[in-house]
Amino acid sequence: MTKDLMVRLEVQCLLDLYIDVIDNDRLEEWPALFVEDCLYEIIPRENEDMGLPAPVMRCDNQRMLRDRVISLRNANIFSPQTYRHFLSGLVIQSVSDAEIAFTSNYLVINSNQAGQSFVYQTGRYLGGLVVTAEGWRFSRLRCIFETSRVQTLLAIPI
Amino acid sequence: MGDISTDLEKRFSVAEFPKGDGSRVPYKVFSSQDVYDREQERIYRGPTWNFLGLEDEVKSPGDFKSTFIGDTPVVLTRTEDGELAAWVNRCAHRGAMVCRLARGNAKSHDCVYHQWSYDTRGNLLGVPFRRGQKGAEGMPKDFKPANHGLRQLRVQNYRGLVFATFSDSVVDFLDYVGPDMAGFIDRIFHKPVEYLGCTRQFSNSNWKLYLENVKDPYHASLLHLFHTTFNIFRVGMKAHCQTDNIDGLHSIILAIKEQENTGDAYKEQNIRSYDEGFSLEDDSILALVPEFDVLATNHIQPIFPQLVIQQIHNTLVARQLLPKGPNNFELIFHFFGYADDTVELRALRVKQANLVGPAGYISMEDTEATELVQQGTVRDGNAHSVIEMARDAPEQKNTLITENLIRSFWKGYQKLMDLPTTKTDGEHGA
Repeated sequence: MTKDLMVRLEVQCLLDLYIDVIDNDRLEEWPALFVEDCLYEIIPRENEDMGLPAPVMRCDNQRMLRDRVISLRNANIFSPQTYRHFLSGLVIQSVSDAEIAFTSNYLVINSNQAGQSFVYQTGRYLGGLVVTAEGWRFSRLRCIFETSRVQTLLAIPI
Repeated sequence: MGDISTDLEKRFSVAEFPKGDGSRVPYKVFSSQDVYDREQERIYRGPTWNFLGLEDEVKSPGDFKSTFIGDTPVVLTRTEDGELAAWVNRCAHRGAMVCRLARGNAKSHDCVYHQWSYDTRGNLLGVPFRRGQKGAEGMPKDFKPANHGLRQLRVQNYRGLVFATFSDSVVDFLDYVGPDMAGFIDRIFHKPVEYLGCTRQFSNSNWKLYLENVKDPYHASLLHLFHTTFNIFRVGMKAHCQTDNIDGLHSIILAIKEQENTGDAYKEQNIRSYDEGFSLEDDSILALVPEFDVLATNHIQPIFPQLVIQQIHNTLVARQLLPKGPNNFELIFHFFGYADDTVELRALRVKQANLVGPAGYISMEDTEATELVQQGTVRDGNAHSVIEMARDAPEQKNTLITENLIRSFWKGYQKLMDLPTTKTDGEHGA
């Protein structure tokens, strides 16, 4: 039980840090939560369920994550907005020497300049954690979402 | 005579264009319910071919897909004998939506309300208790199921793109788009395609603002700063922008690479990075594997009213544009590849999905811009836009600094909608 609890705490801890980085606009720290050879993907559930690959966003290495951050800081034009993530139903699916696999529900509320907050995206994370010299990092994080109609645009990672 | 003047007044009350050349667009066309209702009647239920989906989405007999023509719910099906059919999703009995699922496979479609049952073409198969039961009379003797099918639509499949129309009189799809546009469709749809899934984007702005956007090469380098930010120089590029030469409603923008990179098929675009500024750490996102006769990085081809064919580098999309009331539209990006793609090329197409769609590096700003126009114009319906770039060079096709395609579109729209032009002497004219 203690070991299971520790695994759970490690996953919870990294997810909390992940949310803190995104929701409090420290996106420059976001890529370092992943290993170099990672997968980060945001994909509609309708595609996932049909076994189809079309993503909203797909980065298959850490360099692409850094490119995303630089692009949305400097190139992409979108109105100021803030996410708040709410997670529930964390389940540790498997634990091996190579990886901890987990799944969790997420809800992202988006608030705009006018002061409106709305449900921006609901879905689930399918993820993997590996231990590195710097601590636990995501080897993969897939965001599979049901709110398939993306409102206006998606700039900030989920 | 009285009828004519009443009709004229009605048309003027819907919207009038300050000029007849497409260079002045009254803002009310972006938010008026009257205009919107007239569009549903004259455009979506009028003489147009409306994109429903890729043939590959309904591969097998019985496959179906729910979608829309304008805001009318319709269903696209593959019949038992392998043909394509489409019908309005509204039960002939009491009007309930018959098909309640986005996609699936079914030999027949039953309305849940009273279980009226239809075949894949929309013909009425059966009505429960038609002949009564235990003394109940049932349907009248003169009730003929053949007269009570679902509203069936004309369907045409052009190279794997499926279109439908309410119109019995509109010319065949090929004549509808004309030879020039057909040639550009053929450029992309030159061999069988495979559907790779879709992404959806919902915008709080009018559908025509998006059509303006895909006919507007002028904004490309000004709104979308991705290439500039990463010091990506597009050397040796030339443009080709033209309309269908019919009513100007369909068009093409091509950004063409003049010098073909022979040798390594995976050779990157010419990318130069300087000490100052940013460079992409993973520039494979801008790879361009030559696979078309004309080597273009961008192919943007709106087929009026609800399709935009897109090739950006090696990512291929059929964008379906659906109006959702005067103030909203939905874009559905149908990604596809070719049936004979190598594993590597298929992976590149999926990777380059990052360029387009709701999170697209070079597209996410489009809905931001259309929403800014919606917000800026909603209270000023009688004010108008000013669309003048390259107006003195209507034949010039080789530049991106032009608004010719937009003006052509508005002229065609005004004609199809039968909306009047304001006479310069201040009097109303037809």
